Amino acid sequence: MALPPYASTGQKFWHYSFRMLCAVIFFFLVAPIFAIIPLSFSGGEYFTYTEEMLTFSDGAYSLKHYEDALTNPEWTTAVWNSFRIAIPATMIAVTLGTLAAMGLSQSHVPGRRAIMAILISPMIVPLIISALGMFFFYSQLGNFLEDTVGLSQGLVEYIKVVLAHSVLGVPFVIITVTATLVGFDRSLTRAAASMGAGPVRTFFKVQMPLILPGVISGALFAFITSFDEVVVITIIGSQKVQTLPWQMFVGLREQISLTILAVATMMVILSILLLATLELLRRRNERIRGLTPG
Amino acid sequence: MVTETSMTDSSAYVAFDGVQKSYDGKTLVVKDLNLKIEKGEFVTMLGPSGSGKTTCLMMLAGFETATHGQILLDGVSINNIPPHKRGIGMVFQNYALFPHMTVGENLSFPLEVRGMDKSTRQDKVQRALDMVRMGEFGSRRPAQLSGGQQQRIAVARALVFDAELVLMDEPLGALDKQLREEMQYEIKRIHENLGVTVVYVTHDQSEALTMSDRIAVFDDGRIQQLAGPSELYEKPETSFVAQFIGENNKFTGRVEELVGDVAHVSVGDTTIKALAVNCGGKGDLSQLSIRPERVTIGELGDNVVDAKVCELIYLGDHIRCRLDVLGNDEFVVKVPNASNQKVPEVGGETSISWSTQDCRALDHAEVAA
Repeated sequence: MALPPYASTGQKFWHYSFRMLCAVIFFFLVAPIFAIIPLSFSGGEYFTYTEEMLTFSDGAYSLKHYEDALTNPEWTTAVWNSFRIAIPATMIAVTLGTLAAMGLSQSHVPGRRAIMAILISPMIVPLIISALGMFFFYSQLGNFLEDTVGLSQGLVEYIKVVLAHSVLGVPFVIITVTATLVGFDRSLTRAAASMGAGPVRTFFKVQMPLILPGVISGALFAFITSFDEVVVITIIGSQKVQTLPWQMFVGLREQISLTILAVATMMVILSILLLATLELLRRRNERIRGLTPG
Repeated sequence: MVTETSMTDSSAYVAFDGVQKSYDGKTLVVKDLNLKIEKGEFVTMLGPSGSGKTTCLMMLAGFETATHGQILLDGVSINNIPPHKRGIGMVFQNYALFPHMTVGENLSFPLEVRGMDKSTRQDKVQRALDMVRMGEFGSRRPAQLSGGQQQRIAVARALVFDAELVLMDEPLGALDKQLREEMQYEIKRIHENLGVTVVYVTHDQSEALTMSDRIAVFDDGRIQQLAGPSELYEKPETSFVAQFIGENNKFTGRVEELVGDVAHVSVGDTTIKALAVNCGGKGDLSQLSIRPERVTIGELGDNVVDAKVCELIYLGDHIRCRLDVLGNDEFVVKVPNASNQKVPEVGGETSISWSTQDCRALDHAEVAA
């Protein structure tokens, strides 16, 4: 935004101080994240910037922490566990969240605001409280699955965590899908019906392609939620299902290794990639919206 | 024009039989609707917004359920048939083209649903596009088309699967005036060529008069009158219809006596003779309705009254005179711009007259404002 030629001294002053303010706020938000990135390339073993690093001398930087992160079984298992949990949790969250959003977008559903509030609550209630509730609830479920159904302990742990993470992911899917449904033209589904398409075909051929951006961004949020989640997993998880954040948390407590920072850097990059995808999807969605007739 | 007498139960293609609709269980949006539509007919449901016309169309399409009564299609009750099994084509007000599909895919959709193979689909899609003169546009997306073009595609899509009944819900409402008139003739032409039955909803009376075989005028959840365009304009049966269709001069008076089919109605101190259509009996209030083009300046007709000229508007082929007649200063007379025609002056006094046959004594309704 360029300054107009008629701007007064006060306006000029505000114009430049506003830019300064924005820069400071941006720095405040982002600096802590970027501080760890050079450190993760450190050649040393400690959580501090060394003299050598600041003078760029030989051996001050190395990729050894990345090597450790990608080869050490403790970390590779954690990565595998993270994906193994995040992917099915995301799928469950997307299915349930999309269905819920579609149901709640119909005006004739009684008490839909209340239902919506309840479904969104995992996002609002402090995580530790959800986690405690889940701990008691899922320990009953776990006992039932282990004792009555006869599943192995490892599988039961896994199911518990996947279900818990699905619950945390559902609100994001509901919110993003509801947002795309707000602009959804109901006469499109009516048109499909008038041409002979049943509800299922209408859903997959007409509704789904149009709300897909919302579904995908909800899925990304749900995935990140599961991927970054540390509170619930420490309470209801166990050694068998330790995920990346769990491993980092434990690592910080027990053995302060710079590998944690290498992993953190990789997670930051993954998050940035996912957010970039999200932004591209949003633009695509806006383009389709902008072109819809009427 | 299709006459009332040709309608029998067996020939009715679509029939509403005592249909009522209420959304909240208390107020009826549609009150006791009875309507029979013959095969191949073009019937328009005309009325102001909130009159129940769109609700009726939606009940026929299956998107709303009737609270009471039966809707019959080809003699079979369709109350319990879901919309996607009725095989009724529909054109929506906002076109409702699928934005993520090309025009060709939009038209192909109902054919895919019916399991037709690819070459049949292509043939039918092309024929439908040619019919609406959009043959070149199969690979475009709806967003790349103008409003009028989208409307043509929507019409083609409703017809491509050989539906025998096509419903249109104010399909031309979003178009500008010129395009709207062009599309009216286009739809009329397609209707005549294909012989499909069309049920059309609009609030635009000129659209209804141009296109329809018969028009059902809706008000307050009821059909006020069901007739062909000329009958509706020339012989309105209720004050609502007289007011809603075309221009109308009205007086409110009390029926003094009925002589044959002529009612003597007193408006103030003057007694006017009018055709008794729907005016009740002696002592009832009645609204008199006279079309502006049936009133002449001078003392020629059966009814002669004094008038004061309030305003003259020159319109080329005729001059529109606003007069103060019997306390009604909104009385309009259209004076033809002919060489021997005497044109009154603003502020002057004159006499106007009309024939008893042209003045219709109708029900007295406050709603017709």
